[in-house]
Amino acid sequence: MSRTFRLLNSTLSQFILIFFAILFLIPLYLLLRNSLMTELEITAWDWVFWPEVTQWQNYPELFADPFVPMLNGFKNSAIIATVTVVVQISLSCMAGYALARVPFKYSNIVLWFVLITFLVPLQAMFVPQFVLIAKIGWVNTWQGLIVPGVFNAFNTFMFRQYFLSFPADLEDAGKVDGLNYFGIFWRLALPNAWPIIIALGSLTLVNSWNAFLWPLVIGQGREWWTIQVNISTFLTAQVVVLHSAFAAAFLGALPVLVLFFVLQRYIAQGITRSGIKG
Amino acid sequence: MAITASAGTTAATANKKRRRKDAIIFWFMVGPVVLGLLFFIFTPIVWGFLVSLHKSRGTVNLEEYVGLANYYNILTDEDYLKSLLFITQFSLFIVPVTYALSLFLAVMVQNAAWGKGVFRTIFFMPTAISYVIAAMIWRMAIFSGLPYGFANWIIWVTAEIEPIAWIGTIRPPWHYMVLVTVRLWLQVGFYMILFIAGMQDIPQEMYEAARVDGAESKWTLFRHITFPLLRNTSIFVLLVNLVHAFQAFAEFYNILGATWTAGGLLSLARPPLLYLYQVAMNQQFYGTGTAGAFILVLIIFVVTVIQSRLTGGLGKEV
Repeated sequence: MSRTFRLLNSTLSQFILIFFAILFLIPLYLLLRNSLMTELEITAWDWVFWPEVTQWQNYPELFADPFVPMLNGFKNSAIIATVTVVVQISLSCMAGYALARVPFKYSNIVLWFVLITFLVPLQAMFVPQFVLIAKIGWVNTWQGLIVPGVFNAFNTFMFRQYFLSFPADLEDAGKVDGLNYFGIFWRLALPNAWPIIIALGSLTLVNSWNAFLWPLVIGQGREWWTIQVNISTFLTAQVVVLHSAFAAAFLGALPVLVLFFVLQRYIAQGITRSGIKG
Repeated sequence: MAITASAGTTAATANKKRRRKDAIIFWFMVGPVVLGLLFFIFTPIVWGFLVSLHKSRGTVNLEEYVGLANYYNILTDEDYLKSLLFITQFSLFIVPVTYALSLFLAVMVQNAAWGKGVFRTIFFMPTAISYVIAAMIWRMAIFSGLPYGFANWIIWVTAEIEPIAWIGTIRPPWHYMVLVTVRLWLQVGFYMILFIAGMQDIPQEMYEAARVDGAESKWTLFRHITFPLLRNTSIFVLLVNLVHAFQAFAEFYNILGATWTAGGLLSLARPPLLYLYQVAMNQQFYGTGTAGAFILVLIIFVVTVIQSRLTGGLGKEV
């Protein structure tokens, strides 16, 4: 291959990448743009790239709207996501360590049990799950929204894979110091597991924040709506107030976008681990 | 003699004691997750199955035993069958396209002359956005049927094509364009990261060896080294993607949802989960709803088994 050809080739590749990058950024740009325009500007026939006067007041107005409980939606989502992440990651991490490290005769059977549950397609199970949750009276309750989500077979398995490669020397050192397995986990394994905790924790947080079907089914009362259900009601409303809808959507996306941006290295590692290793 | 024997038994008891202690610690640490999974995944299967054998309309209690009538009803329900057919078509389309695009972007990003990190971030960011928010952007900003929609603006300024009612038209099925692109935008970055990771695992020496053997072009290297060595990643991506596609809900609910009284469009592009939502949540036919859910779960199971058979299954060393 000649040098010019190669140069041409890499320039072309770069152009293709830039083209796709623009394509991928357009939706986010439109989201931000529309959230800062007036209703009239959004629906105008003439295209504008950016509003002449940015309508920052779209945001405070959004919270003043008595028909859509935005602030409450944020509060609900924040509570659900935080509790889910803290409890789910603690439980999965602990269980994963035990499955990887604590000697127990039937450990393998327990691992198989966890793996089988991982094979159950959870979204498709929402009707049977709803029927049970309704039976125990957990519709429109915090526990109904949160508790079914804190037991996670996948994360448990991921933590197990991670702790399998935990150095045996450290473990032995812990035993010499008279620690039992929980002590080793607490004092030695946990402090070394931060990268994976951050990775799986942020993925769990994003999934919980973005969840739609379960909160829709369980948090039926207006006071139980999460931010996603709130945004969805803009779409199903009789009259769609466009600028408010976009402002709500942008605010709903912002926390997870920032989180992803800041932690992307960890998250990418977490996703990587989930794939093929082990 | 006596001394050794007694020392032996003490060691044995100590051993036994330690093992019991370890078992207690094991259950202390694993117990919560196991009990939780039992209660929130296996109990719904058992209880839900019992409900599916009852009429249970407007109540989640076991009311009026009907045997397998719910299964018969849902399996002869034209709308349900239509939704199963639709999701199969949709998956057959979305899964290969997602696969190809994410692999393509991974290769392009890895071979970029500059800006690798920037491109990776840009393609990965949409993964953070929820289906609801993406649905909002797609329906109200990009594929709005009115001239102010971004897609309509683009086709007008580039080719002077009149505005298209993307979501409202049945023939040609433009709504496919809307539903496929939104899912692509949300998912491709995730699988791209998996492919990039898989590519980083391929030892550089293999490429060097191939170059020594005369393999020059990037395409040859991709076809003979990168692609075959990404086999496990590929199988994983296809499998996860397929299971996800069969459980599509949020973007359909939010993009087509409100138009369903208007055009009957939803009956053309209604995934089974959305149909079950209507049966169980709107009509409160819990017996039929649970029966439909179990059939869907079974189908997903069968499809994944067939797919892993076809691809030869995970875990084989490359």
